[in-house]
Amino acid sequence: MSKEHPLSPEKVEKVFLSLAAAMLLVFLLALFYSAYAMGMHLPGRDGEINPTMVRETPPFDEPGLKQIEPGRYEAVFLGMAWAFQPREIRIPAGAEVTFITTATDVIHGFHIEGTRVNLMMIPGQIGRATYTFTEPGEHLIICHEYCGAGHHLMYATVIVE
Amino acid sequence: MSAPVVASPEGFELPESQRRVILWMVYLGFAALAIGIINGLGQALNYANIDILKYFPGMRTYYQGLTVHGVVNAIVFTFAFTNGFLALCTSRALARPLSGGLLWAVFVTMVLGTLLAGYAMATGQASVLYTFYPPLQAHWSYYLGLALLVVSTWITAVALFLGVRGWRRDNPGARIPLMAFVSVATYAMWSLASIGIAVSVVGLLLPWSLGLIAYSDPLLSRTLFWFSAHPIVYFWLLPAYVSWYVMIPRQAGGKLFSDPLTRVVFIMFLLLSIPTGFHHQYTDPGISQGMKAIHATLTFGVFFPSLVTAFSIMYALEIGGRARGGRGLLGWFAKLDWRNPALVAQILAMLSFTLGGATGLINASYNLNQAIHNTAWIPGHFHMTVGSAVTMSFMGIAYWLIPYLTRRELVGRGMAVLQSWIYFIGVLVMARGLISGGLDGMPRRTLLMEAPYSKPSWELAGMLTGLGGTLMFIGGVLFFAVLIATILFGKKIEGKQDVPFTETHIAPASSGWELNLDRLRWWFVAAVVLILIAYGPFLVEYLPGNFTSPPYRFF
Repeated sequence: MSKEHPLSPEKVEKVFLSLAAAMLLVFLLALFYSAYAMGMHLPGRDGEINPTMVRETPPFDEPGLKQIEPGRYEAVFLGMAWAFQPREIRIPAGAEVTFITTATDVIHGFHIEGTRVNLMMIPGQIGRATYTFTEPGEHLIICHEYCGAGHHLMYATVIVE
Repeated sequence: MSAPVVASPEGFELPESQRRVILWMVYLGFAALAIGIINGLGQALNYANIDILKYFPGMRTYYQGLTVHGVVNAIVFTFAFTNGFLALCTSRALARPLSGGLLWAVFVTMVLGTLLAGYAMATGQASVLYTFYPPLQAHWSYYLGLALLVVSTWITAVALFLGVRGWRRDNPGARIPLMAFVSVATYAMWSLASIGIAVSVVGLLLPWSLGLIAYSDPLLSRTLFWFSAHPIVYFWLLPAYVSWYVMIPRQAGGKLFSDPLTRVVFIMFLLLSIPTGFHHQYTDPGISQGMKAIHATLTFGVFFPSLVTAFSIMYALEIGGRARGGRGLLGWFAKLDWRNPALVAQILAMLSFTLGGATGLINASYNLNQAIHNTAWIPGHFHMTVGSAVTMSFMGIAYWLIPYLTRRELVGRGMAVLQSWIYFIGVLVMARGLISGGLDGMPRRTLLMEAPYSKPSWELAGMLTGLGGTLMFIGGVLFFAVLIATILFGKKIEGKQDVPFTETHIAPASSGWELNLDRLRWWFVAAVVLILIAYGPFLVEYLPGNFTSPPYRFF
């Protein structure tokens, strides 16, 4: 059988496995480069909160968009069954927005489609994500975690002007 | 050089009562699959804006059907089939029966668990999906049922471990037969992995659903869930790998490449399956980026044994194809026995798994995950892994296992081959729909046909999902037609039968470093150490937790 092979299976094995390991390593290095050199971060530990007292706890006592300085905004979002608060924000193109999120009841999702803003809204946890909207247009904010019978009704909109 | 993967290649007859209990486990698994794919059709058609769920008796909401779909397919079907199949593999490999009492206890526990969880789901008191994230709260019978299903795998593990221990006592110094080794390694991994879900369900959620504990900690329960629920995908997959390693080479007319390499692969799964759970929680606040990066690295590590598997399988298939007259670089592939339904189902399963693996690597890819997390991409991915690589492999195994267990010849071999192709094409079409929709933001687990929002690109994605899901359903119906026809009308098989195990090209050594591969206790301890490294810092920092969420029943 082995006569039909130009290489012995043992040799092919070594080449195949080395290439496989090298491929994984290159992918991994590229990912960490994008995270740590280019600043595309995942959410981390950004604070805890008592989910039954969200509306009394700053900054969640005032959901909505707030300008911090020219071109920089903070958007405080609450997830609840089955709506986001606020339901819509309007920002100028080129603005850098930091989203600060939590949930008042069950787990919700916070995905701004067309961007890499993708956060779980977990009761008890505060989420943060920063994104710069360069192009004018509309993005849906979709609750992408099942949160009960009305889950599919839950969305909001980002309008970039 | 060739060596068998079992202790007594000349033959071993399973005691009749064990044959029967294993058969009943497999029946339970496929009965669950039947219910699961009926619900699956409803889910797929939702994406195409076609509502058939309203015709389902007792079905109140889409999410109730989705819960049933997940639980019966991903938990009852896989657990029941695997408990039976790997008990058979172990028993045959060691040429000794396992404890019959334990095997019946496995079956009874599974039936009880299925009935309890089934009651809660059927009455609409558990529409929390199969991920059951608190603070959505289901009826207590749902959690108890799931716990019993996990316990059934533990009883199986005990039966397997006792079998191997007894065999080693009777055969001092001998290498564990490969087919038993891979089966036991699978259960060693899952026994350790299932601790997370057991702590969460039995320690937190069950008392919480009974009102004994007032609050839950959603992040902690999610973390415990994913501690078990990433390795669960390997618990689904490894029985298929067992078949691909120790049976497919024989069925293709080839040989398994290497005994030691196969053991290394299963040890790598034992070590690396578990400390990877945070890659399901990349978008969770409350877990540090550093811990997520460690889990990302280990997840890339656990991809490696699957690449080794790809090598071993291609070797076996190529040897088989060339022995049948295949020539040239790829001619051997066409020469494989494309009329053997057991082989065809599993080759197609492997092909869809290449895409499932590639999309899985993307999911694991740290910040890249933000592009697709919780979009329809995810079910697109896992229907090419558990939904086809595993399911089609189990169907392929059934094409020899059901005749073996019932002593009846397979009826409708041609239809069985056709069934595999229809299911395979269906899953590719459906995954194409889900993946393209997901890349454009289409969410998973959502009753899209009633959502007030939509995007133009989701229309084609949804139609493909509905079309592919329908094809999968037809493929599934044909599978059950073959199965039922075999059970009822198959010609009685006279004389001896055996499990189709292979021989290996590189045999196990009887001395040297390879002996360490059989020291499963060491590897188990090493796995525990890796888990402590991967989860310890988070738990030390996070505990005692944030138990402040009251329960909600929004369904």
